[in-house]
Amino acid sequence: MYVRRLELVNFRSYERVEVDFEPGGSVLVGANGVGKTNLVEALGYVATLGSHRVATDAPLVRAGADSAVIRCAIVHDGRELLVELEIVPGRANRARIGRSPARRARDVLGALRLVLFAPEDLELVRGDPSERRKYLDDLLVARLPRYAGVRADYERVVKQRNALLRTAYLARKTGGTRGGDLSTLDVWDTHLAKHGAELLAGRLELVAALAPHVTKAYDAVAAGKGAAAMTYKASVPVETPDRTAIEAALATALAEARSSEVERGVTLVGPHRDDVKLMLGELPAKGYASHGECWSYALALRLAAYDLLRADGIEPVLVLDDVFAELDAGRRARLADLVGQASQLLVTCAVAEDVPEALRGNRYAVSEGGVLRVQ
Amino acid sequence: MYEGAIQDLIDELGRLPGVGPKSAQRIAFHILSADPADVTRLATALRKVKELVRFCAICHNVAESEQCRICRDPRRSDEVLCVVEEPKDVVAIERTGEFRGRYHVLGGAINPLEGVGPDNLRIRELMIRLGEGTVKELILATDPNTEGEATATYIALMVKPMGISVTRLASGLPVGGDLEYADEITLGRAFEGRRAV
Repeated sequence: MYVRRLELVNFRSYERVEVDFEPGGSVLVGANGVGKTNLVEALGYVATLGSHRVATDAPLVRAGADSAVIRCAIVHDGRELLVELEIVPGRANRARIGRSPARRARDVLGALRLVLFAPEDLELVRGDPSERRKYLDDLLVARLPRYAGVRADYERVVKQRNALLRTAYLARKTGGTRGGDLSTLDVWDTHLAKHGAELLAGRLELVAALAPHVTKAYDAVAAGKGAAAMTYKASVPVETPDRTAIEAALATALAEARSSEVERGVTLVGPHRDDVKLMLGELPAKGYASHGECWSYALALRLAAYDLLRADGIEPVLVLDDVFAELDAGRRARLADLVGQASQLLVTCAVAEDVPEALRGNRYAVSEGGVLRVQ
Repeated sequence: MYEGAIQDLIDELGRLPGVGPKSAQRIAFHILSADPADVTRLATALRKVKELVRFCAICHNVAESEQCRICRDPRRSDEVLCVVEEPKDVVAIERTGEFRGRYHVLGGAINPLEGVGPDNLRIRELMIRLGEGTVKELILATDPNTEGEATATYIALMVKPMGISVTRLASGLPVGGDLEYADEITLGRAFEGRRAV
């Protein structure tokens, strides 16, 4: 799979920009703040319907414009597919696939498979557990779209259950009896265990498939400086992705935590409290690894996702946003070896010399005015 | 901002569900320029809906007398009872023409985020109805979302010990459409709920 053409209208800093790409490596070079990442962000938006940098759509639309348009021609198996997205902040996005309107913007998901590594990914290693859960869940949905529903159901149940616990908590604190009714808590426990087991089992299966790729990718980037190991850390004792067993374990744990949950007014058990343990040798990467090691680890997580998706049969587009400046010469060269075979690789950097010779393929000069191909 | 009565009308219309400020303004000016007889008819309809419509004493569906049309119908079976969230769900099921039993309208679903618990729904009334012993099967037709499922589970847990058979509507693919147009979530669930033919 590769992106043949990207057109942006009123997206971020660009009033209008058109870029033609080719399979293989492309390097986007430009000074800081000219909009390299905006191009990458637009591609990411087509792949996930969200930005990797901001949670809302408003910043994506150029100041003064009502809406932004991303047009993207994707070639897969020799066929070209044109995807067009119109981003209107505060309203539903409009999408067109191959020139005919799509019923829902969500229908474009899957048209472009993309793995994006960006500086923000450092948080995968150093940030809160929520970052790592999101990484797992996003990858889970990319492989098996059904999990989008499982994830949404689970999040909704947790929200409702928390609302119930909080009302009871507040009622008790103020000494009132109204709203202190916990008679439906058993029902929410049942649903939490059911949806939670489904989500947890999905994550366990994913980690089992992903962990060897993480070890391999870190080893390839860092060349034998300690082994990376990824394990899932569940809030309930589970070993295998057996849904019935997990459901029972969650139900037991909920029953045990009942009094402290009522005490604190929040759901304390379930996959929304889980984490992914990232070890480097004998020590956890978080808190012990150096900046460079964290960087390599985050990169390994994305490369592992790339390997896993590729093993599933569809070769994703790989995007490395501003990665080479942070790596030493040895790691740069090894990374170049590792990703050189990608069907399409887009690399952004501020200084062209940071990108190893082997990847220099096509060069594009990015400036405030737009993107120019340089030979 | 407009002056006096017209702004009052826009404000009132704007409080209706699905009506934004722009639509409210458009409707208000439409009413202003409409024939006085039409406006009187609308005003009468609005007043009458609050004066005349009440809730059926048995099933709590909307009705114009003590009991609704369905509860008064002697040809319908008393042995099958279908539980729905809203009166509009009754209309939807009636359109199928498949169901010949009676209904019970809960008036919503359990939703802690909006402060709706079992006490705010007509669940106690349902239990009293079931306690009379004529109902053999209870069909739970609450919405297939988180809140509807929770409500269904809650009722099922309470009813099962009474020896009444409890069923839940199936969820799956829409009929008459193409498989390719079904979204992944619906199709995924339909796969889970597949059955032997």
